Amino acid sequence: MAGNPPSHRDAAPAQTVAEKILSAHVGRPVRAGELVVASVDGAMATDATGPLAIRAFQAMGGQALWDPARCFLVLDHATPPPNERIGNLHRLMREFQQRMGGHLYEVGEGICHQLMVEDARVRPGELFVGADSHTPTYGAVNAFAVGVGSTDLAAVWLTGKIWLKVPETIRIELEGRLPKGITAKDLALFLVGHLGVAGAIYQAIEYTGSAIHGLSLASRMTVANMSAEMGAKTGLVDPTGLELPYPFSPVHPDPGAPYAAVHRFDVSTLEPLVAAPHSPDRVVPVREVVGQPIHQAFIGSCTNARLEDLQMAAQVLRGKRIHPRVRLLIAPASRRVFHAALEDGTVQVLSQAGATFIPAGCGPCVGTHQGIPGDGEAVIASTNRNFQGRMGNPRASIYLASPAVVAASALVGAIADPVPILESEETPWELR
Amino acid sequence: MGTSLKRASQARLVGRAHVYGDHIDTDRIIPGKYTKTLDLSHLAEHVLEDLDPDFRQRVQPGDILVAGANFGCGSSREQAPLALKAAGVAAVVARSFARIFYRNAINIGLPAVEIGPHRIRSGHRLEVDLRAGVVRDLTQGEEYPATPMPRVMLAILRAGGLVNYLREHRDYRLGDEHGAP
Repeated sequence: MAGNPPSHRDAAPAQTVAEKILSAHVGRPVRAGELVVASVDGAMATDATGPLAIRAFQAMGGQALWDPARCFLVLDHATPPPNERIGNLHRLMREFQQRMGGHLYEVGEGICHQLMVEDARVRPGELFVGADSHTPTYGAVNAFAVGVGSTDLAAVWLTGKIWLKVPETIRIELEGRLPKGITAKDLALFLVGHLGVAGAIYQAIEYTGSAIHGLSLASRMTVANMSAEMGAKTGLVDPTGLELPYPFSPVHPDPGAPYAAVHRFDVSTLEPLVAAPHSPDRVVPVREVVGQPIHQAFIGSCTNARLEDLQMAAQVLRGKRIHPRVRLLIAPASRRVFHAALEDGTVQVLSQAGATFIPAGCGPCVGTHQGIPGDGEAVIASTNRNFQGRMGNPRASIYLASPAVVAASALVGAIADPVPILESEETPWELR
Repeated sequence: MGTSLKRASQARLVGRAHVYGDHIDTDRIIPGKYTKTLDLSHLAEHVLEDLDPDFRQRVQPGDILVAGANFGCGSSREQAPLALKAAGVAAVVARSFARIFYRNAINIGLPAVEIGPHRIRSGHRLEVDLRAGVVRDLTQGEEYPATPMPRVMLAILRAGGLVNYLREHRDYRLGDEHGAP
């Protein structure tokens, strides 16, 4: 089902990327606003949503998965399990996979969204359904990827289909070159701050422009990932400049495609940003909160835990030592990311700076385990949500930022701007 | 399960309102640390814990939760509507819903109804009339038209949720997705 839909006659209306991909999965041209039942290319559930999906599937009378080769289970939200209750939920998922087939990613292999992209489980032009709200991350590879809950996912296991309202699209054009030390995370925070947590509710987002064309796959994933923080159904990154280790046919919007809104921004003057407690759209420049003491720093999550994120943190921390009152926790996005960071020395730099590596997974970001803050503590994290209680303690405050800002803040013991530190790095640290 | 599903599919629900504001995220509906369970009573015990610690004590079976814009934003956790339902909430009324919460609520047979600006206050008696598509504030004598629900959602809600719908039909019925609701 991947790729562009068949070409229409001249009279056919111009389509957005969302309309094109959904048309290909419905079997006829569809337009924003229509309700459709579409064929699904892949389905993913985690240990947070899989157990309820299994129960719903069984209650539906499900005997077999519609296509086991397209079903993926990932143990990542509470891994390794912190208690017997969760240990038994993992057991339930393993037993289900052994009976039904599909592929199960074991404890420690990585975060679901990283694995789906890394292993090419999701590809350009596909319709992918994930029982996790950050499923729109796969918009980085030009896929229409939508997050659902457990029962919807069980219905995909049973039927291979999903009903959807074809979304309207907001087009975001980002022009210019990102300044040194300013990352895709700052871009994403800027957009969430600008549009708000309900800014794209029920809608798709297309990200395009020269600033997007130059982004790495990892950075594209960061941008697409935080589409969820604007309430978007999916976030589609312009495939211009996208490099994947396999051949693909990119899906572009038609000229003249209808957009609900078009936003154009110049990113060349962007500065480091943070989202202040307790909402991802409370975005302010780092300079406004510099000096805010922090107790825990976390680099992890499906938003920012890839090799370039760890390398950026290492650039800030090379040859230095984090502040003695700060815990710096790092959970790589996957085992593969961890291995790459081992091989190029990034892990050693970070560990020598005082970072604690924890297994690849979601634990601290969702407040399950491995980094629950204490009462009154402030955390700075490279994650995507800072709702009250998100990291497991409603009496803690969470600031969201890029891995560079998180690393600089861990160094100083308070929220800090990484740009001066990175600039001073032009002198090799050995010589200073 | 049978009784609650039957109740959810009833056309008219009457209950007491509990009113909250905009952007109530799923972490405040049920914190992530409690979601890894299949035990619904465990979810009900912690519902709205960080937003309104006394809610659990005040809520009566059949009560109606009323919220502002973007209710249920954040994670995909179906445990959020499940926790509300397990605590006795019969319907959720809001200015707007985050899309995954909206689907999840309907899928588990918890009516989720969108209305415009309103003057409903906590403690008012409300009637949610799914057939007529209105929410009535019986205390104030006011009526608020509901945003029409997609036909497929109405069919799912009428069945008592997506599990029942698919147990009956085995697949999405052609036609359920078409036309005006």
